Amino acid sequence: MTQSLDYLKETASQTAGPYVHIGLAPGAAGFDIYRQELGWDIAGPNARGERIRVEGIVIDGTGSPVKDVLLEAWQANADGIYAHPEGGGEVEEGFRGWGRVITDFATGEWGFDTVKPGCTRGRNVGTQAPHINLWIVARGINIGLNTRLYFEDEAEANAADPVLNLIEWERRRATLIARRTERDGQTVYRFDIRLQGEEETVFFDI
Amino acid sequence: MTKPGEYYQRDRMWHPPAYDKDYKTSVTRSPQYSLISLQNSVSEITGPTFGHNDVDPLDNDLIKNYAQPGQSPIGERIIVHGRVLDENGRPVPNTLVEVWQANAGGRYRHKKDTYLAPIDPNFGGCGRTLTDENGYYFFRTVKPGAYPWRNWVNDWRPAHIHLSIFGHAFAQRLITQMYFEGDPLIATCPIVNTIRDKAAIGQLIAALDKNASVPLDSIAYKFDIVLRGRRSTMFENRLEGN
Repeated sequence: MTQSLDYLKETASQTAGPYVHIGLAPGAAGFDIYRQELGWDIAGPNARGERIRVEGIVIDGTGSPVKDVLLEAWQANADGIYAHPEGGGEVEEGFRGWGRVITDFATGEWGFDTVKPGCTRGRNVGTQAPHINLWIVARGINIGLNTRLYFEDEAEANAADPVLNLIEWERRRATLIARRTERDGQTVYRFDIRLQGEEETVFFDI
Repeated sequence: MTKPGEYYQRDRMWHPPAYDKDYKTSVTRSPQYSLISLQNSVSEITGPTFGHNDVDPLDNDLIKNYAQPGQSPIGERIIVHGRVLDENGRPVPNTLVEVWQANAGGRYRHKKDTYLAPIDPNFGGCGRTLTDENGYYFFRTVKPGAYPWRNWVNDWRPAHIHLSIFGHAFAQRLITQMYFEGDPLIATCPIVNTIRDKAAIGQLIAALDKNASVPLDSIAYKFDIVLRGRRSTMFENRLEGN
């Protein structure tokens, strides 16, 4: 006989299902219920740094867009500080660093406006390259998928990033790099997420 | 001297796998490569925080939050309550819990739901609340109905409420579904059965809780939610360059 450990077990995940919008984005489901929905403004009006737009599509194993996805973004501000007691300092008033978006029901396109994050501190030493943490849920996804978006124009920081360097297959690292483009004078980063296939996006067990 | 450290690793044998051929939609939406395991950095041990500016007092009352004045939705009036805990058994205070569900007839208020059961004009089907300082939360609602869905030809979802929970770190983010004690549809549901461990399924089934019922008004179900726990670092582990 040994003593038994008294840890609890984490509640098991279940899919968010096709109607996730009702709970997390009711306006998209087709009705108005809350004073304000959460997650529509990531950076707030006072955020420092470069204003950017991030856009993409989620593609399934048949090559088709997934049209009922909900994504959440979690990022640091331009100084690399997260809006959290352990985030490394103070952030601008109104900077939350968190947002949620849904894909367009017809096209599968998603996008959000934010500021480009700065380098964040590494686990113990050094820094991590600027990145946005993404969490993806949908019908058919049994447990939320975690990935990271890095920026094409941060090649030097990306080359030294401890998480990118953890990915043994160098060619897979490219799946986490958003492509920088310009549209009407605005910076747009394109980040397509592939759930399966040769170019499957790297997903993390965090 | 201890300080809070990393979150315990997720038990991937306890959670459902990404791929399950009997839940057909998962087949083309499940990553085929293994997940890359990360030790927590600041990006994972932090997460969004919410306060009372984000949530209104009526948001957790699904009987009232979409009803016309003086009216209420059709269905069994229920209370769902419980605590959000971590794996160490400690309460998770001030965390956002969001719920959504079908109405008593099994119909969702969603432009993509075409089930022939009617929309209830007095029922929206979503709610949200913050846990209190003891990790306690509650909602008032009507019991959702079972409904058919396209998987095999004759599949029916057991009555369920979807829940989204944040915790205090992005690593704790969780979406799950709560089922009701005694529902015979639980055993045959392909979505429930994506979970391999019977004990993990049992943890998703809320118990009828007559002690918390309001006599002559509402019956209660108790549903505790457990998020990942966190290590207390007694010894430093500072790998060079890590």
